[in-house]
Amino acid sequence: MNFYRSQILICGGTGCQSSGSIELVNTLKKEFKKHGIENEIEIVVTGCFGLCELGPVVIVYPEGVFYSRVEVKDIPELVEEQFVKGRILKRLVYHESMDEDKVRSLTDVEFFKKQRRVALRNCGVINPECIDEYLAFDGYKALEKILFEMTPDDVIQIMKEAGLRGRGGAGFPVFMKWQFAKNAIGDEKYVVCNADEGDPGAFMDRSILEGDPHSVIEAMAIAGFAIGSNQGYIYVRAEYPIAVKRLCIAINQAKEYGILGKNIFGTDFSFDLDIRLGAGAFVCGEETALLNSVEGKRGTPRPKPPFPANKGLFAKPTILNNVETFANIPIIILKGPEWFAEIGTEKSHGTKVFALGGKTNNTGLVEIPMGTTLREIVYDIGGGIPNGKKFKAAQTGGPSGGCIPAEHLDTPIDYDSLQQIGSIMGSGGLIIMDEDNCMVDIARFFMDFIVDESCGKCTPCRVGTKRMLEMLERITQGKGEEGDIERLEHLAYEIRDASLCGLGQTAPNPVLSTIRYFRDEYEAHIRDKKCPAGVCQALLSYVILKDKCKACGICAKKCPVNCISGKPKTPYEIDQDQCIKCGTCMEACPFGAIIKA
Amino acid sequence: MKSLKELEEIRKRTLENINLRKGREGYRIVVGMATCGIAAGARPVLTSIMDEVNKLDLKNVTVAQTGCIGACRFEPMVEVYSPDGEKVTYIKMNPEKAKAMVASHIKDGKVIDDYTMTVIDGKVIDPVSE
Repeated sequence: MNFYRSQILICGGTGCQSSGSIELVNTLKKEFKKHGIENEIEIVVTGCFGLCELGPVVIVYPEGVFYSRVEVKDIPELVEEQFVKGRILKRLVYHESMDEDKVRSLTDVEFFKKQRRVALRNCGVINPECIDEYLAFDGYKALEKILFEMTPDDVIQIMKEAGLRGRGGAGFPVFMKWQFAKNAIGDEKYVVCNADEGDPGAFMDRSILEGDPHSVIEAMAIAGFAIGSNQGYIYVRAEYPIAVKRLCIAINQAKEYGILGKNIFGTDFSFDLDIRLGAGAFVCGEETALLNSVEGKRGTPRPKPPFPANKGLFAKPTILNNVETFANIPIIILKGPEWFAEIGTEKSHGTKVFALGGKTNNTGLVEIPMGTTLREIVYDIGGGIPNGKKFKAAQTGGPSGGCIPAEHLDTPIDYDSLQQIGSIMGSGGLIIMDEDNCMVDIARFFMDFIVDESCGKCTPCRVGTKRMLEMLERITQGKGEEGDIERLEHLAYEIRDASLCGLGQTAPNPVLSTIRYFRDEYEAHIRDKKCPAGVCQALLSYVILKDKCKACGICAKKCPVNCISGKPKTPYEIDQDQCIKCGTCMEACPFGAIIKA
Repeated sequence: MKSLKELEEIRKRTLENINLRKGREGYRIVVGMATCGIAAGARPVLTSIMDEVNKLDLKNVTVAQTGCIGACRFEPMVEVYSPDGEKVTYIKMNPEKAKAMVASHIKDGKVIDDYTMTVIDGKVIDPVSE
């Protein structure tokens, strides 16, 4: 191994790759060569740092300088200053990490300060394509520990004491699943990792697979030991090509080192792993549909019971856990269940990773201890709402979850308190909405998603959600009728109670929770034919304020359908019948005389 | 197939390398690499320091560069911070001296006084050995 004086870490997550981090690596190599310093500095491509919005993100050690939004054209200057002359290139340093010319360490930056990285501990730190780096950060030590010092029951006991609950959304205790599968009778048992992350806007699992694939592999082997299984499957969507590639590399490296395969570390425990690619159907995140898909069948759910713990994959006892759940396990074994149980709240231990998106200044991946309030996430980590707008609601749990209005901003986030206010933890999508978002439209969006993704096996979900969508579309088009809200609620409860699987049972949640907290918005759409947020096109009109109009005629010139008319010195007017509500005139008006009404 | 012992070795070796990202605790060698330093030949000094650290397989050493220290006439300058925070400044270095410095100061903890500044009555006197 070479001795390097400096290391430059470049984020190779999907977010930063799409903003060009791979070109940066190539340019860096060229520039290093030009200056003859290619043997002095190591380039390390890591997983996601979490600040995808500021990508590509680059960190230089030993100084720990944090550069954001680095472009190819910046590289020659960066190399010249940082690596040849040893000076920090201030103009590219992430603004919040500069304090009166002094570079603050990354952990002091507001975005990272309130976070606690457990599941993401190695993301953005190690090179995910190098097993040696994972080993260096105590990788595979937990597996070694349980194989030599513990019995399967000890491992399950640790999970129980740690109180780890499933991070896929429902929060089912991990130890119970494992205990059921261990007790189940079967000549063969399976460990399955659910990496079919389908919520719109959620990418926690992808980032873990991309940034720290070995942690999932290690945890799956631990689970295999605990329940008596020798074979695992990772079900990951083909839409995650970088994650799939790194997983393949990681599995091969582990096999090469004898960490996967027969007689691991010379013990009589054998465990092997395979990857199964999914085609990206949302329903395949549901455990029984996922198992069908792994078996090569159509991805539709099976009735429960029998539960997978008794009759799962190929009708054998099977445990299914989510990627993030697995990522927590090795460190729990190493640091002990007490350490883990101390993080978080009384009933929800540990941390949760959220994909923070929507209307906040900082978006990206955040990991917080359970019990952190929504206010802290939005205002401290997220940096508040841009453009001085007001917070309206946060959506958790994607199409299966609900929204949290401003009055519940101080609710500590854990499984139980979220459920109490009508939402769910979900897999970790967290979308922040401001006053410009229409809640009816949000409900319509999620219902539209569900209608697309319903597998069609059972009628309540297949037909019911379609009918709900039609009603929501009517309402947003100004054709809503008295009684629609009640009809929506009635249908929602029917679907919830009668659907076969989790997808249908939770599909009405976005509608129910928006009705619960924003009933007045629904009523405004139905009775007054108005969209208070000004989103639903059919319900808004653009009008020219007579006293502000200077009759300059710019709006008339810009209008694509020529529906604005007027003469010099008299205010202009919009012909509402012809207006297509594109909003071009409002943007064009130099005097702010055109408004949405 | 790797044995547990081999894995432990990989762990140690890689950690040594990765430690840059955590901040090492041992010696920190800083080479002045401003225009004055580079012109006086700081780059070969830097590379020979790295070579020697690598060759002697020294742990817990950070090699970094810095800007102009302010005494351009003594360049190339190398400053060594020991773990207890003490600083030794070597001046008018060259690759051979740098190698000797690493072997003596970093490996054995013996400062080479001949290469350091000599201050007499508040005036810096050039070291004699050239």
